[in-house]
Amino acid sequence: MVNAIEVRDLTVAYRERPVLWDIDLDVASGVLMAVVGPNGAGKTTLIKAILGLMKPAAGQVRILGKPYRNVASSVGYVPQRGTVDWDFPTSVLDVVLMGLYGRLGWIRRPGRSERKEAIAALEKVDMAGFAHRQISQLSGGQRQRVFLARALIQDARVYLMDEPLQGVDATTERAIIDILHSLRSSGKTVLVVHHDLQTVSTYFDEVLLLNVRRIASGPVSEAFTDTNLGLTYGGRIAIIKDAQ
Amino acid sequence: MEQFFDDYTLRTVTLGTAILGAVSGALGTFAVLRRQSLLGDAVSHAALPGIGLAFILTSSKASLVLMVGAGLAGWLATAVVLLVTTSTRVKYDSALGLVLSVFFGAGLVLLTFIQKYPNANQAGLDSFLFGQAASLVVGDVITMTVLGGIVLVALLLFWKEFKLLAFDPEFAHSLVLPVRWLDIGLTTLLVVAIVIGLQTVGVVLMSAMIIAPAAAARQWTDNLGVMALISMVTGALCGVGGALLSTSTSNLPTGPTIVVCAGGFVVVSMLIAPHRGIIWQQVRQTVQNRKLKSEAVLLDLFELARKHDDLGYPHMETALRVIHPKRGTLYRQLRRLEGRGLVKMYDSGAWALTPDGILVCKQLLDERIR
Repeated sequence: MVNAIEVRDLTVAYRERPVLWDIDLDVASGVLMAVVGPNGAGKTTLIKAILGLMKPAAGQVRILGKPYRNVASSVGYVPQRGTVDWDFPTSVLDVVLMGLYGRLGWIRRPGRSERKEAIAALEKVDMAGFAHRQISQLSGGQRQRVFLARALIQDARVYLMDEPLQGVDATTERAIIDILHSLRSSGKTVLVVHHDLQTVSTYFDEVLLLNVRRIASGPVSEAFTDTNLGLTYGGRIAIIKDAQ
Repeated sequence: MEQFFDDYTLRTVTLGTAILGAVSGALGTFAVLRRQSLLGDAVSHAALPGIGLAFILTSSKASLVLMVGAGLAGWLATAVVLLVTTSTRVKYDSALGLVLSVFFGAGLVLLTFIQKYPNANQAGLDSFLFGQAASLVVGDVITMTVLGGIVLVALLLFWKEFKLLAFDPEFAHSLVLPVRWLDIGLTTLLVVAIVIGLQTVGVVLMSAMIIAPAAAARQWTDNLGVMALISMVTGALCGVGGALLSTSTSNLPTGPTIVVCAGGFVVVSMLIAPHRGIIWQQVRQTVQNRKLKSEAVLLDLFELARKHDDLGYPHMETALRVIHPKRGTLYRQLRRLEGRGLVKMYDSGAWALTPDGILVCKQLLDERIR
């Protein structure tokens, strides 16, 4: 069976500094994988390179065995919350509908059936009551749910999420994890940039430890070891794990 | 006959400025939301050498010829800004400032050069600095209408793509929308919108027509479409108002008049617009504070009465003053609550909750627990 995501010899450089160095990664279908690593490890860059948002200096990426352009409609993307201006004059429903712009094609506007889909997606993240809210009135956790709904409406096979659990409250975290798990049980592949090492083993099946290079990847029980964490974070992280 | 001619001129000017105001208002909406207001300034200043060159090359003062020259120069300026920011370490604002002043300087040099042309009457070109609505003729207005119409239709056709480009370009990219082409397209529309207005408003102040109506409109709505509409109407009103003022008063340049008018709209909007307006926010905050303060007094009375198994148990003001030391404020709060029928004062001077007051307290406590 073809892997959901295949990364070969991927190197990405910003000006002359390499951000990702010679990355190889296979993510099988139906896997929920966390990407962890220190700041500047290239986690976001990896997601962006997979999506073709950043041009690699070398290497290639295949999604479902094909280049990204050919399978874009099967890929859902949840960017970091902070990347957009939440004071933009638009409503929650409008943002979710943006997930359908690829499918709608040029010139066509979203209509009644698309709006119904958007409401359904908002129901999944428990935000249907906020459909007509202006987006600046939302809390951080609510904004994250809206971004998630925008990805869910894409009905993709592969999801790439950049820090969806960053700075959300416990309720939202629970809700998002439930959604991630239900995505996995319906056979979707989900790659999640994650920052909380304590929850990696409870939330995820597999993990990629990243620090410019790939330190380790695979099932959490095999890859998420003290040795590998030390290699990723520079030795200090085992203390935190011991304290747990 | 004289009267008819005047009306005719007036109508031409009115129509032309209304169109330019509406088009720049619509495109300004996107420029402001994409934080490109200063790009508009660079484009309009950079258009000046384009106008000069177009005149030197063709010896024509036809508005379409000059607009093409202005447009090409404006477009070239944005390309240079992009090139400088992507290939050097010069930051965006510095690149804009650099391009703006260099192009504008070149434009002034060209205008001076043209002034010394033997057979050219350059008076027409001078008006491009600060704008001269009175110089608009029917041909100009037709050109403006056609170009403006094309811009608005294009904006409408690609509305949802431009909206996504403005809100979340990376997500647009992930949907494999041609983000770079959309960006070039929207910037080109902005350049055309600016070029349309140069003869009337002038290169120096044209950016205000891009920024001001949109900034004013943002205050009134949280919907992109409505914002664009308000911005268009505001732009048209400013255009017409300023143009009429400047044509009725001799030698008043049109650009500054229009811009002063637009500035007025912005100030008023910032002050009184609901939700976002400064005055509105002040009032809302005062009302909110007052409500919280009197609710606090109400709940304190509730707490005190609860110790007596009778929620309507009266207490002297002194008992409350332990919690609320400011005497005047406390008395005013109690009177205000009395006015709402939530507390009542006994002849002894003691205060007690009314049944309504008890109900409100229970609701408030419920809300806070949730």
